[in-house]
Amino acid sequence: MAINEVFRICPSTGLKIHKPAENLIKANAVAAVVFLAIGGLFGLMVALTRWPAVHLLPADWFYLALTAHGLDVLLVWIIFFEMAVLYFASAILLNSRLATPRWAWAGFWMMLVGALIVNAAVLAGNSSVMFTSYVPMQASPWFYLGFLLFAVGALIGTFVFFGTLVVAKDEKTYEGSVPLVTFGALTAAIIAVFTIASGAIILIPTFLWSLDMGIVNYIDPLMYKTVWWAMGHSSQQINVSAHVAVWYAIAAIVLGAKPLSEKVSRTAFLLYILFLQLASAHHLLVEPGISSTWKIFNTSYAIYLAVLGSMIHGMTVPGSIEAAQRARGLTNGVFEWLRKAPWGNPAFSGMFMSLVMFGFLGGISGVVMGTEQLNLIMHNTLYVPGHFHATVVAGTTLAFMAITYLLIPLIFQRELILKGWAKLQPYVFAIGVGGISLFMMGAGTLGVPRRDWDIQGADSVLSFDYPATAYLMMGLNGMAATLAAVGGLMYVVVVVGSILFGERTADKKPEPGVAEQASVVGHYGSAGTLKLPGTAILVTLFFTAFVLYYFVNWKYLSEVWPLR
Amino acid sequence: MAISPPSERLWWNEPIAKIELVWIVVAFLWGVVMFGMMIYWHAEGEQNLSNEAYRTTPEVFAEKANAMVEKYTVREEAGYPVVHPPPGSEVYLIARLWQWWPILELEKDQSYRLHISSMDWQHGFSLQPVNINLQIHPGYEMVLTATPDKLGEYGIVCNEFCGIGHHTMIGRLYVVE
Repeated sequence: MAINEVFRICPSTGLKIHKPAENLIKANAVAAVVFLAIGGLFGLMVALTRWPAVHLLPADWFYLALTAHGLDVLLVWIIFFEMAVLYFASAILLNSRLATPRWAWAGFWMMLVGALIVNAAVLAGNSSVMFTSYVPMQASPWFYLGFLLFAVGALIGTFVFFGTLVVAKDEKTYEGSVPLVTFGALTAAIIAVFTIASGAIILIPTFLWSLDMGIVNYIDPLMYKTVWWAMGHSSQQINVSAHVAVWYAIAAIVLGAKPLSEKVSRTAFLLYILFLQLASAHHLLVEPGISSTWKIFNTSYAIYLAVLGSMIHGMTVPGSIEAAQRARGLTNGVFEWLRKAPWGNPAFSGMFMSLVMFGFLGGISGVVMGTEQLNLIMHNTLYVPGHFHATVVAGTTLAFMAITYLLIPLIFQRELILKGWAKLQPYVFAIGVGGISLFMMGAGTLGVPRRDWDIQGADSVLSFDYPATAYLMMGLNGMAATLAAVGGLMYVVVVVGSILFGERTADKKPEPGVAEQASVVGHYGSAGTLKLPGTAILVTLFFTAFVLYYFVNWKYLSEVWPLR
Repeated sequence: MAISPPSERLWWNEPIAKIELVWIVVAFLWGVVMFGMMIYWHAEGEQNLSNEAYRTTPEVFAEKANAMVEKYTVREEAGYPVVHPPPGSEVYLIARLWQWWPILELEKDQSYRLHISSMDWQHGFSLQPVNINLQIHPGYEMVLTATPDKLGEYGIVCNEFCGIGHHTMIGRLYVVE
């Protein structure tokens, strides 16, 4: 029967793999990596320009590169990779065929063409409006059109994912409930629908306005920002859901880790669906014309319920790793399970550093900056990109890089080349990104603005001198960005090299793999494996850092001019 | 495993481990504290935005600002009028491509009702080195009562991207005795 021809059995995991799904995963992952390379290069140029001693690009090119950087990495790289994650978490993990591969390909091509149009519009030089394209500043109509095309393509991919869940359920390809990772991917997909709908609501009128044909003559800037961020911020919550799902997946594949409790982890994802969309408010805390009541409720995701979700994952992911390691006999002391973790496996090291940096750097700074009054001393300074490089680059990008090392043998059926590089890559990238994040936050607390070509104010009539420390921070940021770029380049070389030249794994005998290791882990919920002193110490450390840093910032705020 | 269906069909009946339960309670309560902190600061803190804002147009706002500048200009500096309005008065600041206009001179420990609006695109009011940051929209007049409490020369940097001259958009403000 024809159906047998479209499936293969993975020799190392026993998973039934739908070939059209596999091809789509490959295409989306490759497109993602290509745009990561392009966007990363733009990012490096931005950082080198902001390094006062280097000051690489002229002003017009700087603003162009910054616009392209944001679009290519924050949007294109991540969403393409998320499509791969969605197809993996549905068709592959559920042993199912992918629903309507033809529609999935249509979505893929729309995304690709959309991304190319946006890039062309930006490179043409008349659309250097930044990723956010705040009105009344206007880009070329192609800019908005490309953006919309990309979003519709992504929406199609999301619905293919939903369709696959229905197909798998209908054809009984799995028993009981979907795996936790699929549940996390489902969370991401649901948020994606909300996100893309918001994007359409704001970008379609903006596109019509940019045509200057009299169809739409005016777009209120405050309304634009409010709705735009319902897309802009929610899309970051797609990333959070997706990379948390990836954390669970890597912990499961590499260590056979089980969630401590399905109920708790799934409820935490549910909190994302219910509350993450309120975060548009994070960008509106110092705007005119919005009440404090609205700001407080929305910026806190209704009493921090989405933050609660992240804090739960921040405990259950290391907790599940500790439980798995202890069940394997690494029970000496508090941290043997962590010390003897597979630090040489780039999937694990990347995942764990993503977890730690997302929590300590990205999570804490995000909550602090998203506090109504504290935003006054941070809004639009470099603190903001400092924060989101910790969440989106150290968090999402590093997690996606980590799982690529598992996808190459599983989906591309190739051995990794340059294993030494692969081993080192997550560390180089993580140190670089950690530096970018910290130094930008540091510069931001000293008042350095974001999206600014020259803080020395050489061309301005009036000037302001930043403290020498601010210049130091910008220099260190340039160096850290260079290191991160090296880490990014290593990733691209290893991934592209392995796909093209890696030894085919299909030719090799299956190794005792995941399935066997997995059985080591006992029943979850049993008291025996749930003594997790290491995780308890880690979360206590996190909590202490969080509380201290939070109140330190209130102290800073109390020192600025009284405002009423 | 997290990549396979739960081994227990009725996973929602599984007990929750104590460590998870403790952490959930701690995290939830911390959220309540942080939520309460914002409300508390409105009652007791000294740095809050007024939420006072009006719809306006660039023409109307510029007219008010010009009237203030005509009345209270005390000198010129680099082509900018330096305005010294009386304490407690209505003070206007224009954001436009690419300047903050005029230069304001305020007295220490006196309160002023500061009105800010943009004539064209969005701008970011960033008072340095105090690091007070506000978003300025065209068509909206933001009003807040500020009480400068330290003497000195301050810069007003634009920190919302506003085109090719964005980095040159730097203004000045003095706080004097």
